[in-house]
Amino acid sequence: MSLPGNLFLLLGAAFCFLGALGLFRMPDVYNRIQAGTKAVTLGTLCILLGVWFHHPEWWAKLAAIGGLLLLTNPVGSSTIARALFLAGVRPWQSHPADREV
Amino acid sequence: MNLPDWLQLALLLLFGGAVLLGLARLVLGPQAPDRIVAADTLAVIATAGLVLLSLVLESALYLDVALVYGVLAFVGVVALARIIEGGARP
Repeated sequence: MSLPGNLFLLLGAAFCFLGALGLFRMPDVYNRIQAGTKAVTLGTLCILLGVWFHHPEWWAKLAAIGGLLLLTNPVGSSTIARALFLAGVRPWQSHPADREV
Repeated sequence: MNLPDWLQLALLLLFGGAVLLGLARLVLGPQAPDRIVAADTLAVIATAGLVLLSLVLESALYLDVALVYGVLAFVGVVALARIIEGGARP
């Protein structure tokens, strides 16, 4: 029973839920990418921290998962956004400079 | 199991809501890019759920499952992005 661990677990689950809500509500695929990636990454890291408070002896695997998440998740989202832009998907409210690429 | 009851209920509701919203975007997504983004986000939410499952079941084995799942989701996302970007150019 550890209060900081419980609070971090609750915070992480709340951020995961808010990220999924942004994924559902945002008007455009680029907005959905940023809502899903940023909020869900933060939520997952908070959950890893909460599990670390409950079981400090699992620190190695938790650190491995957190490091992998921090390295791969922004790279994956950036790769998707770049591929979509190169494939011709235009943002919801387009700036004039976007159309010339 | 050392989590209090209110926390278990809150975690279940929040994660269930997150998975349902992601699945709704996966099903309703107007175009294929929306579905790809939804699948990517659902994979990260599933990784968080697997970490939480290792805490609930008191078994560190699920942490390995979460690690491998994260790696495979990243490889799948990059492969899909390459396909969108146009063909198998070297």
